[in-house]
Amino acid sequence: MNRQVETRNVVVTGLGLVSCAGEGVAAHLAATRSGEAPRSDSETFAPYPVHPVAPLTLDGQIPKKSDQRQMEPWQRLGVYAAGLALEAAGAKADAALKAGMHLVVAAGGGERDYTVDGQILTGLRNAADPGAYLNERLQNDLRPTLFLAQLSNLLAGNIAIVHGVTGASRTFMGEESSGVDALRIAQARIAAGQIDIVLVGGSYNAERADVLLIHEMGGHLSKPRYRPIFERAEAPGFILGSGAAFLVLEAEDHARARSARALARLDAVASDRTKRASGSVAASLANLWSRTGLGTPDAVISAATGCGGITGEERDALATLAPQAPVRALGDITGHTLEAAAPFGVALATALVAAGEAREVAVTTVGHRRGEGVLRLTTAGEGR
Amino acid sequence: MSRDRDAMGRPLVAVTGLGVVTSLGKGVTDNWAALTAGRSGIHAITRFPTEGLRTRIAGTVDFIAADPMVAPLLSERFAEAAAAEAIGQAGLSGDFPGALFMAVPPVEIEWPQRQALAEAAASNGDVTYADLLRAAASRRFDDWHDLFIFGTVADRIADRFGTRGSPISLSTACSSGATAIQLGVEAIRRGEVEAALCIGTDGSVNPESLIRFSLLSALSTQNDPPEAASKPFAKNRDGFVMGEGAAALVLENAASARARGTRILGYVLGCGEKGDGFHRTRSSPDGAPIIAAIRAALDDAGLHPDQIDTVNAHGTGTPENDKMEAMGCLAVLGERMRAVPISSNKSMIGHTLTAAGAVEAAFSLLTLAHGRVPPTLNYAVPDPAIPLDVVTTARDVPVRTVLSNSFGFGGQNTCLVFGAEPA
Repeated sequence: MNRQVETRNVVVTGLGLVSCAGEGVAAHLAATRSGEAPRSDSETFAPYPVHPVAPLTLDGQIPKKSDQRQMEPWQRLGVYAAGLALEAAGAKADAALKAGMHLVVAAGGGERDYTVDGQILTGLRNAADPGAYLNERLQNDLRPTLFLAQLSNLLAGNIAIVHGVTGASRTFMGEESSGVDALRIAQARIAAGQIDIVLVGGSYNAERADVLLIHEMGGHLSKPRYRPIFERAEAPGFILGSGAAFLVLEAEDHARARSARALARLDAVASDRTKRASGSVAASLANLWSRTGLGTPDAVISAATGCGGITGEERDALATLAPQAPVRALGDITGHTLEAAAPFGVALATALVAAGEAREVAVTTVGHRRGEGVLRLTTAGEGR
Repeated sequence: MSRDRDAMGRPLVAVTGLGVVTSLGKGVTDNWAALTAGRSGIHAITRFPTEGLRTRIAGTVDFIAADPMVAPLLSERFAEAAAAEAIGQAGLSGDFPGALFMAVPPVEIEWPQRQALAEAAASNGDVTYADLLRAAASRRFDDWHDLFIFGTVADRIADRFGTRGSPISLSTACSSGATAIQLGVEAIRRGEVEAALCIGTDGSVNPESLIRFSLLSALSTQNDPPEAASKPFAKNRDGFVMGEGAAALVLENAASARARGTRILGYVLGCGEKGDGFHRTRSSPDGAPIIAAIRAALDDAGLHPDQIDTVNAHGTGTPENDKMEAMGCLAVLGERMRAVPISSNKSMIGHTLTAAGAVEAAFSLLTLAHGRVPPTLNYAVPDPAIPLDVVTTARDVPVRTVLSNSFGFGGQNTCLVFGAEPA
């Protein structure tokens, strides 16, 4: 294999976070430290609990009501958090910087119109000609703009419109793995000198029946109420959380040149996909762990889902890989945010490093169906 | 500079395998024959009832089936066929020696599955999602989880061909196929991988997808005759026609391709992209992002605009796209652009959406290989606002370089430059 032509340090210079833990870095650090149960709602979608996002004042980051109206919640959450990250990185007011800034988003798709779906399904029961009926109702009842609120790449599109981040965007799909790979590709492009600065992140809206449906098929949801991630033996599965996490990553020199504070260094992102069998997750994590060059991290942020088998395997693997480090599960802070889980993990790790509470942090992700990731963050400005 | 590095000292990226599936047929040979003969793959939709629809035509691929007939599974079948052909041509056996970058359509549960859930719930009143959730909890529908999550298509293709590492599933709307190629090029240039399997696939002609585009007034409504509906660059163009298909490209570090003695079909010389924050579906009126994307691709290729021999257009046949694309090409290539042959494959295969950038990349490489620019059908009424040399019957010209454009909703602009030889 050829070696990379160039290797530059990649640092995090801005974080934007919203979840059930609240808004901003301080709220998330407080939730990480407290160990209290995350805010959850077991009633609205009973028997499925969810972790609802804290109320937001959207105008703060999405000033135009017309923009707010054209988005569904998953997009509003993402655009909002992206704005927070840009602000924190000192980039919000720098139109030229944003015009050249690249964007990598990890996302699924957007909300459906539940009322319309229900009405059509009701009507289809007795429709004389179901095909013609479906055509007629979809043509009459679907809002033309709803499509644009559903398309996976339109979170990136809205970030471009609302915040003027128009270098170019790429949207990665594929559940938990997409979040890790968004960070991996973003980090690699900067390290190799292909780009200087990138906004990367993901968002997830858990408070919607269609995603509960897709994950109830397969039996991946824990119910009927919140239990800590590593104590779900009796009700394995995840509890979805609404939220969004965005980060500004840039070359260390680039950050220094514009006097932006480097909060932490994203040293390495390793991901893989292994055929799932007993022991495969542990083996994959061990392999990825060594590829990232992790030493003895002061903390581990785990995006463990709570799903049976793999969660226990990850816990045991971490006990071997980092026996000295406390393991904090994102599911106990934000709930499970699928595509956004890895960005949340890296953001929290960055916050711990920036607060001086850790010098090296490991982030692990094990997708509920596939894909494993390990990420390494360290104090910026120190030797590697 | 070694012959395996470009002017910037980066590894040259060679194309060593191509695979294509479109409504014109399965495989490169059939597609190229139909494309250069000017045969259309667009026809009346028979997959589902079209009664009452404003648009009742598409370039569906009807000779490959899936069970159940849903977009992700159909997209997987197309991708599988295209990838097998491309890898076969590259002469690779066993596990694929590199990464997978895959443009896949966004997926969600479709109407037949919703109906099945509603029936299983057996409620008497109005159907709600609570009923569907109750049916799902019966565990009878668990197989549908994997079918309708976003990562499954790429996961199964990775399994089938033994690609390395975590596969990337991506969307940049209608430029997705080009982005998959760009990601592969970048990974090879970084030295991360020696090879990349880059795929764009789309099998999402179903009632709701069609109606969504129809409600945005994006589709041609000239249903009769179907083959005359897609009219890129013509004055009477009235929207695109949905198409289906897939293309796969095997990209390799040119040095390793040469070392193993495989035939190099052409090179990806450059990739350019630029975001547009003007509007969710419309381009900036000044065309600046399109212009920037074309320029970036040329710069990345180390080519002067005068060195582009032909343009494989995005050419959807919507009033907006074709006008803006013409403006962008004229701005970058200058007066000379009026005489540069330009053609849109979408006149024959429709707009293959997520797959389009990859399908058109494959056709661009065939254009290089054969020195033949395929025609644009239905260019009967030229648009005075588009003063371009639109190719109307297959034209034999020396082609050393092709610019292939891809533009998508959400401000996505991605341009690729292919060359027969290194720049």
